[in-house]
Amino acid sequence: MYPFTYIKAKTNKDAIAAIGSNTNAKFIGGGTNIVDLMKMNIEKPHQLVDITSLDLKKIETLSNGNVKIGALVRNSDLAYHKTIAEKFPMLSKALLAGASAQLRNMATAGGNILQRTRCYYFYDTATPCNKREPGSGCSAIKGYNRMHAILGTSDKCIATHPSDMCVALSALDAIVHVEGINGERTINFLDFHLLPGDTPEKENVLQQGELITAIEIPSSSFAKNSTYLKVRDRASYEFALTSAAVALDIHNGTISNARIALGGVGTKPWRAKEAEQSLINKKATTENFSAAANVALKDAVTYKYNAFKPQLAKQTIISALQMIGGNNG
Amino acid sequence: MNIKQNPSGLQANGFTLPLSLSINGKQYDLNIEPRVSLLDALREYIGLTGTKKGCNQGACGACTVLVDGERINSCMTLAVQYQGKEITTVEGLAEDGNLSALQQAFIEHDGFQCGYCTPGQLCSATAMIEEFKNGMPSAVSPDVASEEFEFSEKEIKERMSGNLCRCGAYVGIVEAIQEAFSNKETTVAHETFYL
Repeated sequence: MYPFTYIKAKTNKDAIAAIGSNTNAKFIGGGTNIVDLMKMNIEKPHQLVDITSLDLKKIETLSNGNVKIGALVRNSDLAYHKTIAEKFPMLSKALLAGASAQLRNMATAGGNILQRTRCYYFYDTATPCNKREPGSGCSAIKGYNRMHAILGTSDKCIATHPSDMCVALSALDAIVHVEGINGERTINFLDFHLLPGDTPEKENVLQQGELITAIEIPSSSFAKNSTYLKVRDRASYEFALTSAAVALDIHNGTISNARIALGGVGTKPWRAKEAEQSLINKKATTENFSAAANVALKDAVTYKYNAFKPQLAKQTIISALQMIGGNNG
Repeated sequence: MNIKQNPSGLQANGFTLPLSLSINGKQYDLNIEPRVSLLDALREYIGLTGTKKGCNQGACGACTVLVDGERINSCMTLAVQYQGKEITTVEGLAEDGNLSALQQAFIEHDGFQCGYCTPGQLCSATAMIEEFKNGMPSAVSPDVASEEFEFSEKEIKERMSGNLCRCGAYVGIVEAIQEAFSNKETTVAHETFYL
């Protein structure tokens, strides 16, 4: 790891000012991703600004029923929180399906949103990677790409977004609160992450020095009936091959509202709006779930070693929908 | 208090910070670079080598320690972030020379072979039992909003998945945790383990 200077910020303003226009300065919260990347010489900040003393650790229900989660709420505290577990079970389940208990006790909500891909070529500094070194080429496209994305890819990058939490947040239409030198603003979660396109090194719409302060989840009629299903190579403590965050509002057997978001298959947390629409005013049957799954994966592009993913993702969606909508005909 | 400063012989690269860490009830004053992980501070600068370095990337759990009673991976974090916290390592689990019930149960049930992962397993399981008692769900709990779970083998395996054992002593580890959880009297060890 390269040397760096370190300061601990006391307020949001101090933290933002400490970063300022210095593109070689970074925030550090729980550190579970940035410390790892610094050890591998992938992140090489000259200065770290420790934000763990900031007052961003609350989970509060707002007067309009929305729930606001401070950026420094740890993954474990968020998963265990009664309001989250009762109102948004898919979020608790997604968090508990990610990492290990030790890491969940360290990793924060804000950091989880910013975690970087686990593409092995991104981590291997001896190989080309457009995300790590723009213009150097992508080793995964013609390499060993079993874990890689099948949706949202480009000819520059096929790295998968690794987060489970973000899959649930995209299904829940979350809003990201950020603060920067020019004040505060909000970003719809679905607009927060960028597709790789020609610039895979640019992963989100945050501007220089902006600090994530909170994540807001709108109150909804469907989120209570929701779940998260993750399929992986071993039963626990592994990144997703495929995953699905789903929610259904069902009245007299008919679906009035649906949410489907996918993990393990997209270059960003993948919301499947067209598949959701295909379920509206339909009966909650396996046949209809199956049709929706086909819609969700219709644009999938596979590579040499991940041709199994579209079918696995479809089965994941169907199984997840059956868990909350019943196993009917 | 015997503090080893830079036993590796590495020269600090200019920027060091004074740092006071509270570990197993004792205060340790250091002057280290911010890039030193909590794990390296424990092992290389303080000399508490009970905590082990396995993968050094948060995948194996050998470095697990307790911070204010909660388990974390000490390899994935910087020591400078832990001033003011109470850190417990495997050296701090016994009280007055008496092993904790969990440590004793690991011996009774052969919860290890080579022993390299054991400090991490012990710290992790110590905190895991508290999490369970406090009603915190896991990925295999039937209802995340309920506080009623069975302390089953399935729950233990899921909750301990952040600690790998390359010797494969998992059967003994799970039995030891079950026994420590239920506070059963540790009498004669299971015959089958000594055949």
